[in-house]
Amino acid sequence: MGNLSIFPPRGSAFAGQVDLLYTFLLVVSAIMMVLIFGCIFIFAVKYRRRPGAPPPPQHHGSMLLEAVWSTIPFLVMLVMFVWGAKLYFDSATPPANTLDLYVTGKQWMWKVEYPGGQREINEIHVPTGTPVKVTLASEDVIHSFFIPAFRVKHDVVPGHYEIAWFQATKPGRYHLFCAEYCGADHSKMGGWVNVMSPADYEVWLSGGERGGSMVDQGAKLFSQYGCVTCHVLDAKGRCPSLRNMFGHPVQLDDGRTVMADEAYVRESILDPNAKIVKGYERNVMPVFQGQISEEGLLQLIVFVKSLSQPPEQPVPTKGPPVTAKGSPK
Amino acid sequence: MNITFEQPKIKESPNYLNIRYGWRSWLLTTDHKRIALLYLFSITAFFMIGGAFAVGMRLNLTSPNGLLFSPETYNKLFTMHGIIMIFFFLIPSIPAVLGNFLIPLMIGARDLAFPRINLLSWYLYIIGGIVAVAAVASGGVDTGWTFYAPFSTTYSNTHVIMTAVAVFVAGFSSILTGLNFIVTIHKMRAPGMTWFRLPLFVWSHYATSIIQVLGTPVVAITIVLLGLERLFHAGIFDPKLGGDPILFQHLFWFYSHPAVYIMILPGMGVISELVTCFSHKTVFGYGFVAFSSVAIAVLSFLVWGHHLFVSGQSMYAGLIFSLLSFMVAVPSAIKVFNWTATMYRGSISYDTPMLYAFGFIGLFTIGGLTGLFLATVAIDVHVTDTYFVVAHFHYTMVGGMVMAYLGGIHFWFPKITGRMYPEGWARFAALVVFVGFNLTFFPQFILGYLGMPRRYATYAPEFQSLNVLSSAGASILGVGYLIPMIYLAWAWNRGPRAPANPWGAKGLEWEKSPSPPPTFNFDEMPVVTENAYNYGAAPGATEAHG
Ligand code: HEC
Ligand code: HEM
Ligand SMILES: [Cu+2]
Ligand SMILES: [Cu+2]
Repeated sequence: MGNLSIFPPRGSAFAGQVDLLYTFLLVVSAIMMVLIFGCIFIFAVKYRRRPGAPPPPQHHGSMLLEAVWSTIPFLVMLVMFVWGAKLYFDSATPPANTLDLYVTGKQWMWKVEYPGGQREINEIHVPTGTPVKVTLASEDVIHSFFIPAFRVKHDVVPGHYEIAWFQATKPGRYHLFCAEYCGADHSKMGGWVNVMSPADYEVWLSGGERGGSMVDQGAKLFSQYGCVTCHVLDAKGRCPSLRNMFGHPVQLDDGRTVMADEAYVRESILDPNAKIVKGYERNVMPVFQGQISEEGLLQLIVFVKSLSQPPEQPVPTKGPPVTAKGSPK
Repeated sequence: MNITFEQPKIKESPNYLNIRYGWRSWLLTTDHKRIALLYLFSITAFFMIGGAFAVGMRLNLTSPNGLLFSPETYNKLFTMHGIIMIFFFLIPSIPAVLGNFLIPLMIGARDLAFPRINLLSWYLYIIGGIVAVAAVASGGVDTGWTFYAPFSTTYSNTHVIMTAVAVFVAGFSSILTGLNFIVTIHKMRAPGMTWFRLPLFVWSHYATSIIQVLGTPVVAITIVLLGLERLFHAGIFDPKLGGDPILFQHLFWFYSHPAVYIMILPGMGVISELVTCFSHKTVFGYGFVAFSSVAIAVLSFLVWGHHLFVSGQSMYAGLIFSLLSFMVAVPSAIKVFNWTATMYRGSISYDTPMLYAFGFIGLFTIGGLTGLFLATVAIDVHVTDTYFVVAHFHYTMVGGMVMAYLGGIHFWFPKITGRMYPEGWARFAALVVFVGFNLTFFPQFILGYLGMPRRYATYAPEFQSLNVLSSAGASILGVGYLIPMIYLAWAWNRGPRAPANPWGAKGLEWEKSPSPPPTFNFDEMPVVTENAYNYGAAPGATEAHG
């Protein structure tokens, strides 16, 4: 309070870019308002009705004026469109080598999991200077992951994986809100994003409770659900090897090729028959729909991903060796 | 012998109001003017109900922790406020009241094409309304007026089905009214009333009707699917059953974006009438204003995806919808420019309806300009589902449509009732509404950009001052709406008699029909010989009003 700015805190460079575009629109709007309201005000005063005056001259219109006042605003709008589209494109395509977080929304909390296995509820810790990619999943209804300080928002849709990313520049504690109405305590489904300097972040990472890393947890689930019995990792048999599958195109038996991303792996687990890998049979892999929790799925995916991870990993994921302690619920 | 003195009565000539009395003459009437009045009273009742919910919300929001209600109750308040205001007040407001009353009068017809269907529409509306009120009385509903799945299909344990039935039934009322208008405008125009002599009010209702007839069935189907999902777990929208929740949003907005134009086009039609009449000028760019209505109706079906920019539709779809949304702003801008140009060198009077027209242009311009912010994808990502969107649509729907509705009610009040309203009070109320409106909703733009999400029963403490400001404005706005209800009710019984054409306006309803009109509108069939708004010919005022 006491802060009269019309801008929320700027926690990232992207926030500044959005504010600049917003300012451009504010200026254009101000000019339009001055023009329109100015004309109306002047006309209303200057041409106010005077008793006994003759009927006013009639104007039926002017092609030229119509052309001018449709074209010029439209051209200005094209500037808005292109500028907005450019920023949107940037905000929708995360760079390579991100620090990956996994966030699951459920009525009414945010569960956050780090690749190193740390877990938090309604709190997120990130370092400055590293792009952070958040994979969003929902256990129930639609939520929306909203961090005003980063000008970032993305709906969290059950049955989909959505991606949001940001790169914080300024240490601080920023609001995390749920922006899509999700039931009784929607307005309380909030939390905080703690942006720290990389050094502080390292300290934070090494302290605190954790289970095994997400890869370890995923590996455990991989045997627990019997995936190993079929997907022997380095051999090809009745089932495709998952080694070096993630991030590469997959040939399907109907001739299509799909990119193996998070959504594809998710679908392959929950509904294997939706897409069949070329050369393999339908109805071999069991349907896991409804059997694995959203968090378990994310761990499995991180594990599958690790099978084809390029050697260089983003710094913050390494952390000290982890003891497998506590299993996913 | 007993002598009684009676006030000398001026015998009223027979008109649609005094021709018959008794409740049957109203509830079984097929006269479009009487049906318009049935709508007038029923939508006013719904406006009061919806308004009461808003009062509750604004009170609650004066404290960050919620002053009065639990979050569950607050969620029901905003849901029922939205549903009542949109489906039971705003959508029927101008079309079903003023459109019903005026379209036959304006085109020189004795009634609408299907008078009985017109009555049926009102009954459907009332049935829908009663079901909605029953849903409220039995505990309410908490899905938001948007009914997003899977919350509405699987998780909410309130009266979703009952409310959905209410909206479904009211939707058919809207479809039938639209159908009636389209056929009437095509088939019942008086001799000489060519398409390009139609008042712009009729053009805008024509465009509105097209949307109602083509769009409303889609929302009806969507509601049926929602019911199937909720009752029988059909697996259409809920991912746990193999459905897709985004599909619901596509279906819902395919209707509901065009529906926002059902909620503004008729208002634009009213403003075209007001600006010409109170400037005593023919409208500038008649063809452009008329066709911009049609352009809006067509384009409005192509932009629904701008409500899904952050919900996971493909990025490229988002870009296309962004571009199309900018395009739909152009015809709206054209209208504003043409109204402004109409005033140029006019003879402008400041009667109450014109004050509302000024208010409309001001507020709608702000609503439209902020629409551009929302169409700019990168900005929308930040402000969608925040108070910025709430402010935007209140500027267009309340600042636009409700201002136009009030302006229209004042403008045609003499025609409808045969009486004049008190001008001083009316101007005062118009001013109060304008000030109260801006105080209520302008702070919400700032709140939204600062990041306060919408549909929040509680909020972060730094948002309190702007929320208190907004609530203070809302109390002024509320008073502004109550004053007209009081003096209009008074004037209906006691106001001075109105002549046939108190404003010196052009148009068959003013020039060829007395106030109030007889049941069949015209004593003799009018023949049209001139274009609309021919204010160049000496204005045909029968008498300047006091
Ligand atoms: C009964 C054997 C079996 C089990 C158990 C099994 N799978 Fe599969 N899986 C298959 C077969 C066969 C295919 C190839 C056909 C297809 O595309 O569905 C496959 C395909 C896949 C694919 C797509 C591979 C590609 O190259 O595109 C993924 C990912 C996958 N499985 C993951 C899992 C996971 C995770 C589990 C454990 C939860 C699991 N599978 C359990 C048999 C199995
Ligand atoms: C000038 C042209 C307009 C443009 C470019 C425009 C643009 C938009 C956009 C992009 C949104 C989506 C915002 C979001 O949900 O993030 C939106 C929302 C909305 N607009 Fe407009 N708009 C315009 C005019 C109108 C008019 C005339 C009305 C109604 C009379 C209206 C009513 C609404 C409503 C009700 C919503 C929000 C619905 C909800 O989420 O509950 N808009 N507008
Ligand atoms: Cu929520
Ligand atoms: Cu829209």
